Amino acid sequence: MAEVFAEDRQSSGAVLDDRKVEELSSGRERGAGIRVVVGETTGFAHTADLSEQGLLAAAGAASAVAREGGGGSRTVGLATRRPVSPRAEVLPQSVAKAAKLELLSRADEAARASGDAVTQVQAGYGDSRRRILVARSDGLLAEDDQVRTRFNVVCVATGDTGMQTGYESVARTVGFEVFDEADVEELGRTAARRALSKLSARPAPSGEVPVVLAGGSGGILFHEACGHGLEADHIVKDASVYVGQVGELVASPLVTLVDDGTVEGEWGNFAVDDEGRPAARNVLIENGVLTDYLWDWLRARKEKRLSSGNGRRQSYQHLPMVRMTNTFLLAGEEDPDEIVAQTKSGVYVAKLGGGQVNTATGDFVFGTTEAYLIEGGRITEPLRDANLIGNGPEVLRRIDAVATDFAMTPGTCGKDGQSVPVGCGQATLRITGVTIGGTAA
Amino acid sequence: MSELLELAESVVGRARGGEELEVYAARGHDTEVRAYDGDIESLASATSAGVGVRVLLAGGEEGNRLGFAWAGSLEPQLVEAALVEARDNAAYATPDPHVVFATPDGVAAAELDLWHPGFASTPTDEKVEMAIALERQVRGADPRVRQVDSADYGDGSVEVALASTTGIRAATRRTSAFLSVSAIAGEGSDTQTGSGFTVGRAASDLDPDKAAAEAVERSVRMLGSGKAKSGRCTVVFDPRVASTLLSVVSSALSGEAVVKGRSFFAGRTGEPVAAPSVTLVDDPTDARAYGAAAFDGEGLACRRNVLIEGGVLRGFLYDTVAARRAGTTSTGSAVRGGFAGTPGAGCRAVVLQPGTLTLKEILAEVGEGLYVQSITGVHSGVNAVSGDFSVGAEGLMVREGELAEPVREVTVASTLQKMLLALLHVGGDVEWLPGIAAGQTLAVGEMQLSGN
Repeated sequence: MAEVFAEDRQSSGAVLDDRKVEELSSGRERGAGIRVVVGETTGFAHTADLSEQGLLAAAGAASAVAREGGGGSRTVGLATRRPVSPRAEVLPQSVAKAAKLELLSRADEAARASGDAVTQVQAGYGDSRRRILVARSDGLLAEDDQVRTRFNVVCVATGDTGMQTGYESVARTVGFEVFDEADVEELGRTAARRALSKLSARPAPSGEVPVVLAGGSGGILFHEACGHGLEADHIVKDASVYVGQVGELVASPLVTLVDDGTVEGEWGNFAVDDEGRPAARNVLIENGVLTDYLWDWLRARKEKRLSSGNGRRQSYQHLPMVRMTNTFLLAGEEDPDEIVAQTKSGVYVAKLGGGQVNTATGDFVFGTTEAYLIEGGRITEPLRDANLIGNGPEVLRRIDAVATDFAMTPGTCGKDGQSVPVGCGQATLRITGVTIGGTAA
Repeated sequence: MSELLELAESVVGRARGGEELEVYAARGHDTEVRAYDGDIESLASATSAGVGVRVLLAGGEEGNRLGFAWAGSLEPQLVEAALVEARDNAAYATPDPHVVFATPDGVAAAELDLWHPGFASTPTDEKVEMAIALERQVRGADPRVRQVDSADYGDGSVEVALASTTGIRAATRRTSAFLSVSAIAGEGSDTQTGSGFTVGRAASDLDPDKAAAEAVERSVRMLGSGKAKSGRCTVVFDPRVASTLLSVVSSALSGEAVVKGRSFFAGRTGEPVAAPSVTLVDDPTDARAYGAAAFDGEGLACRRNVLIEGGVLRGFLYDTVAARRAGTTSTGSAVRGGFAGTPGAGCRAVVLQPGTLTLKEILAEVGEGLYVQSITGVHSGVNAVSGDFSVGAEGLMVREGELAEPVREVTVASTLQKMLLALLHVGGDVEWLPGIAAGQTLAVGEMQLSGN
């Protein structure tokens, strides 16, 4: 198999920090990654030189590894090219720079107006347009034109107890129309509120406690607790706790987990993946039973099946691998307030930060950036940031309530040195026990 | 003069009146081999190049305005587009009198030999064989190693040139090579992982035996691990973990973080911030450091900067702009993430002045506690602004001064401020690890262990 992945990516960004627009930046990169697969071996080379000569040189380097398979050339008939148009109403590149900067100022002012204790604000805007084309020796030819727009605010609040930070962002696979709905002032106020509330926060507890995760608090729980472990590259190497578990009960029956690259506008959305396969909706866990893994072309081929539309790469300079898109738990039937009311004591997590997992052992962590104590069925005092730690299959079995208030959040997923945009989603849910790593005894 | 420097100079030569120009050009070549099951899983080779252009529009007393653009190519057409775009971007920045480009400050750059001449001559077959041999070595080392999910060889070379209308001319080049391996050990239904690596300037510097032994030891010794009881204890961090901790601490020593009110060290110069045994230095002129460099990200000479001495905070690291904001001069500490990044103040080669004790002696001194071989969740659980610290940990309990049973799925927590003050022992076992900080065994008292 031989494959050419061509990419042309334009990006722009602006940062307002310390009340100043410090820098507007613009970037452009284009190039091609050439992959040759012979037997179990992959050869790969990339080049920024898109001339015929440059491409042939890269192709030569990529195929060097496969030389033993015999040389020669053949002509391949590619599928008919179907032009694609960008899926954005307002291309960010067409928007005046001043309009982007105005958003930054508004967010900064709203954040600072939230309280005198807000001592620093950084607001960031970014957009990108990524055009890709995939051509493969079996005739596949596919293209996509992906437009993404993001905005984030980080606040520092200062008090007697030192400094605390608060963060909020919006990130969508759409154009500048994202700001028709997203209110940047509200983002600024939310980031400020998070920083301010932690000034009076007490240290998080330590030990195993019941935890209620708010709807849309991050969804990273599932991304780490099982999402990565269901990626077929870990499965085929027997490096996941979920190997051989298809058809088995791996989670509470309340858990139905879906990975869906087709959800329009979400951060992990695209029309075709970076191997030219259309995005798809894949049910991974249904009512607690593992139904399937996530596949890219290479791993699917081994199993004589089709890719699930999860072959992604950071850029033309990278080999594709199995990645999540938008991964979410379907909503349940309970009232979110009722879930809190039924929890005698524990921790309520309003917003999660990042996480990390060891797929082979299933042990994972995820961090809080806004959390509170639950006492007597009520949300009470704010808590300082802490990581929670658990084991994927164990924690998934301990989910005993899922509410109706479903919401998605954007994130960046890092794997093997490559970052890709992903979405995570979940409604309010409760885990009966998970270890929280605070400093309070 | 290198071709890259010529390119940078030619763009700089196109500056218009009333503007300053700075051009950063870089080119690199990388090879990476992954072995699996005795064969090549993938072999990637790539050349990449690009340019970053900064334009400064002089605005008199009101201040200057800065714009930036980059291109992942050295094609004249894209370089030209970057220049035009950077110029346009500058028009929109807030005027700021502190925003200037670096000017030569008379400090001579260290003579560093970071380019291994043997680098280019290592044949690809040899690189492939190193990765395959490493995998074989790990698989064969212990019957409990049931899988090697990656065994990689990688090397790269990078050349950088920097020129500006303010008189900066700098050109550097370096090579690097690594071997890394990740082992999965199993016994019954129990599975544990461990990784090992070795780094150098060329393949001939690498020590595959060390990488293999680390991966095997770290995975196998975790078999049979369970949770530990929650409580306060002394934690002994292995050199790799210590390097990660130092990297986070050092981000709070960036003068940029300080002047923008984002560091818990702000306003504490001259005060004790760490145990008296702590002397912390950033010294990119030490060729042993992975981050060694002759020039910083603005083309000034890198230099040795003392940050903490005898536990007392001595100073911060500055680039040109942060230094002006703070009313001081650059410490030659501008860092930038390649041609697509702009300079900011940061560490390159942080190291704690080594103590005299070995790991064994530190364990004996500590008596009871937890030895941590790896941590997780650093980006989600360590906040360099507030200092709050909470990470997932695995390792071995320390009992009666020796390593005892393995422990996993626990967290250790404190604050960075308290950890520096509670630093009980700094090991003599400095390891020049990849990244911006060296590592050595550290013992920190009064940490909260959270388990069951």
